[in-house]
Amino acid sequence: MTLQLPRPAPRRSAPSPLATLPLLRRIDGLRTGYADELALFRGVGGWTIVAGLALLYLATPLVVDDFWLSVMNFTAIAGIAAIGLNLLTGFTGQVSLGHGFFLGLGAYTAGYLGGDLHLPVLVWLPAAGLVGALVGLLAGPFALRLRGLYLAIVTLGLVFVGEHLFLNLRQITGGPQGRVVPSPLIDGLNFADLHSSLGLPLSREQSFFLFVFPILALAAIAAKNIARSRPGRAFQAIRDREIAAAIIGVDRARYKVAAFVVSSFYAAAAGALYGSYLRHITPGQFDLLSSIQFVAMIIVGGVGTVYGSIAGAFFVVLVPRVVEGLSPAIPFVSHSAGGSGVSVFVLNQLLFGVLIVLFLVFEPLGLAGIWARLRTYVRTWPFSY
Amino acid sequence: MSDFLQLVIQGVALGSVYALIALGFVIVYKSTEVINFAQGELVLLGAYLVYALNQTALPFPASVALAVAIMAGVGWGIERTILRRMVGKPTFAVVMITIGLAIMIRQLVSAVWGFDDRLLGEPWAAARIPLGDLGINVTSVITIAAASVILALFFVFFRFTRAGVGMRATALDQEAALAVGIPVHSVFAQAWMIAGAIAAIAGVFLTAFPATLHPAVGFTALRAFPAAILGGLDSPGGAVLGGVVVGLVEVLVQGYQPQVAPWLGNNFHVAATYLLMIGVLVVRPYGLFGTREVERV
Repeated sequence: MTLQLPRPAPRRSAPSPLATLPLLRRIDGLRTGYADELALFRGVGGWTIVAGLALLYLATPLVVDDFWLSVMNFTAIAGIAAIGLNLLTGFTGQVSLGHGFFLGLGAYTAGYLGGDLHLPVLVWLPAAGLVGALVGLLAGPFALRLRGLYLAIVTLGLVFVGEHLFLNLRQITGGPQGRVVPSPLIDGLNFADLHSSLGLPLSREQSFFLFVFPILALAAIAAKNIARSRPGRAFQAIRDREIAAAIIGVDRARYKVAAFVVSSFYAAAAGALYGSYLRHITPGQFDLLSSIQFVAMIIVGGVGTVYGSIAGAFFVVLVPRVVEGLSPAIPFVSHSAGGSGVSVFVLNQLLFGVLIVLFLVFEPLGLAGIWARLRTYVRTWPFSY
Repeated sequence: MSDFLQLVIQGVALGSVYALIALGFVIVYKSTEVINFAQGELVLLGAYLVYALNQTALPFPASVALAVAIMAGVGWGIERTILRRMVGKPTFAVVMITIGLAIMIRQLVSAVWGFDDRLLGEPWAAARIPLGDLGINVTSVITIAAASVILALFFVFFRFTRAGVGMRATALDQEAALAVGIPVHSVFAQAWMIAGAIAAIAGVFLTAFPATLHPAVGFTALRAFPAAILGGLDSPGGAVLGGVVVGLVEVLVQGYQPQVAPWLGNNFHVAATYLLMIGVLVVRPYGLFGTREVERV
């Protein structure tokens, strides 16, 4: 029997006298109460950034060429998945090497629901996420029983079991040849082709940009809200010291499974978008390497931050494109598949490996860490510490 | 029946190779508490080194010995230059470093030697020993014999030599080991050296006839993960048993599943060992012989 103690009403901290000065309150970074600590966008600076982002969202597809738009679209999709992985690995401390499997799950679900059953995007996108979450729920109990590296290897096993399923469930996945995933459609409105459905002079890249970035924003804000509220605190408590967290009353089982479910939801939804963007998917796209790529994204971007996940996704998507573009200028690199010298693919993979190692050794906090240092430097200038 | 016997011998031979790879995982995990995801790539690099040395005038045993020495150096170098900086960092970070290393080594190998299939050049090549109406590959026999010798050496090393005992002490408690004067840092380096050396040997048997040398061999070595996990990551004996079980399961499933249960799909043997591993972990979260971690407040 649990004894229910009468709880005192939550005390609001008395506002600091400084807070009555409206000017001071608006200065970015001045925190005068707990509500300020928790605020998503703090002060004038925060809201300026939001307004700037909204403006950028509308302006970018009109100004930027298709190459950069495709980089950004891939970034947005990978960013959603990376945010999911960061909630699991960065915030809760559960290492997963099976993120690619959940992406595949989402992509094939989207292909089946949208392509074979002709459902609109409003159905298949959430449904893909839910299927991912459901499988994540099934995988969750492993997280309860297994610690650390054993869990990492079980998720590695998921990738191989998943690849087997994707290759062999031919009615749904099309086997080794893969299958088509439909464009995001609602009643004839094709979000990947606003040119023919609305008559707007927009290419596929431009249309997809407008479609996918609001979803990224939604995913990022939701993740931020999870991270700064009760479940997020519980995740971080489990990550930092599991036993201590259990002692102060964090339900380990519940929050570990919850982290798995949320992360799989993100991954599967991102997978659905990925498939829809690529139009055609094969099982080979969801292998171990793709899972490792997402881990690389959160390492490069910053473990335990939401914006770091997006920055990392951008970096990991961008580097191979840049190398590809520069490859004619680099000696010993062959451009064609059969040519002599090192192929672009090999060079890219090599760089990828080097990046992971260098970031972990020299900048474990990732791009987010660099950014934070830079910000502190500017704020405290000329006093460095 | 002779079919079955042949598959069993094949399975045990494959299992011995897996056991050698798994031992590489175990020795690094036991001393440094890190799973070395680059072990498969060390195996790959070792095999290519044997091939390259054998292409020069060196006889095969000499090239194997030299490759083992070089790989020990590579293991030592990796520990010295990269992993030593990571002492005290979260395990996750160290593991990711080994994944980064794995990617680098695999690409270096394919940059140097390309993607063509190559023959390792072992002297016994495709020779067969007649047995029943089919016969078995000499490779299988040599693999099993060599693996048994190496595993025996391992146990002698851990039980009777100073370095081996020091390694066990380090695995048990780093601080206490330091307190009694064990040079923990050089124990880490030794563990990596041994992992590198054993990888070269595993590489020889993984790529000898009927297999060939190809950069994808590094992925084949990933299948030794279930072996290490099955036995428990910190148990050398478990690694051997796990290796043999995984090898047997893989070969027998490959041999019989297409007739017995075709509905499981093509290449089910790849997924089967992972399913086996997941099943074992559900029942025993630390593997069959792994040490159960005790939570202390």
